[in-house]
Amino acid sequence: MDFKKQLKDGLIDNNPVLVQLLGMCSTLAISTTLFNGIGMGVSVTIILICSNIVISLLRKVIPSKIRIAAYIVVIAGFVTIVDLLLQAFLPALSESLGVFIPLIVVNCIILARAESFASKNGVLASAVDGLTQGIGYTIVLVIMCIIREFLGNGTFGGGLLGPEGAGIRILPAEYTTLHIILPFGGFLVLGCLIAAMQYFSRKAAEKKKEALK
Amino acid sequence: MSFASIVSLALGAILIENFIFSKFLGICPFMGVSKKTDTALGMGVAVIFVMTVASIFCYLVNELLLVPLNLQYMQTVAYIFVIASLVQLVEMFLQKMIPSLYRALGIYLPLITTNCAVLGVALLNTQNGYSFIGSVVYGAAGGVGFLVAIVLFASVRERLDATGDCPKSFEGFPIALVAAGLIALAFMGFSGLKI
Repeated sequence: MDFKKQLKDGLIDNNPVLVQLLGMCSTLAISTTLFNGIGMGVSVTIILICSNIVISLLRKVIPSKIRIAAYIVVIAGFVTIVDLLLQAFLPALSESLGVFIPLIVVNCIILARAESFASKNGVLASAVDGLTQGIGYTIVLVIMCIIREFLGNGTFGGGLLGPEGAGIRILPAEYTTLHIILPFGGFLVLGCLIAAMQYFSRKAAEKKKEALK
Repeated sequence: MSFASIVSLALGAILIENFIFSKFLGICPFMGVSKKTDTALGMGVAVIFVMTVASIFCYLVNELLLVPLNLQYMQTVAYIFVIASLVQLVEMFLQKMIPSLYRALGIYLPLITTNCAVLGVALLNTQNGYSFIGSVVYGAAGGVGFLVAIVLFASVRERLDATGDCPKSFEGFPIALVAAGLIALAFMGFSGLKI
């Protein structure tokens, strides 16, 4: 098994958000403060690893006709566990993510990995795949959060750092634009991120072609 | 529930708190099936139907099964089960009755199961404590909001593809996201609406 290759796959070549274009609802909706982003990213990563392990273990037992329903039940079970744990130990995070925690059930990343990876590969490889894909998702989420929080609110690390968790102020409040925090900003920032990704992958492909010549 | 509060709930869900543009629910099918106006229309109608029926059944399951048995923590699991079986029904119905729409929707039909708008509306109904009529109206209006959003967006995208005048890195998905952002900005204008 090639851990390095899987990591690169999850982070860059096959990044769940920027390349596979999955799981955009949560990426757009909750990426307003760093606290939200990290909390959501870690929750999704944990659920992804657990569901990948269980589905990979059950892959020879589940009949292929009802596999999607079976996957969803497994995922929903883990989401419920994480939801209850967050309500008990991190009520602040649970409140600010709101309905998007139970909605992890329908996050396409988890179902897509179950279908395209865990149902075909061994337990260890599936667990690693869950971890790397989860990290890829978390990193995009964190980048989105940092950009949107900085432009929209002028702060860094909202919910985590600074006085009363309000974040460290970098830009004075009068130079910020609230629109980046609003839905409009979510679409715009994600569009620009994917464009940047396409730019760099195009450049890399051109370089490879040059080298071959 | 008075007529006025039903109207304001419905208008609110369609325009002010549009599921796509202000709640970010159901972005995947919104992006995936919005290349052509007529498929977008079909998808929108299917989503209205599933969202309305899902609201009804999830309300019943919650009130008659989960609350009496004190099993509210199983909400997510129960709801997704109801929705998955509903989508299966719709799929079988379309395959028999309207095969052309069935083929056009393709992979996105089973994916309505994982459309967060459907599960989202069921969860929001419970969270906001809507009555039976309120849940049904909210579900249907949420679906209509989805239809309006996806048809509007599909017509914008058709023109975008026709002109094809955009920077190379922005081609395809990124420019669509930026366009969606601009429509979201326009929809923000509705938030001043007082009903």
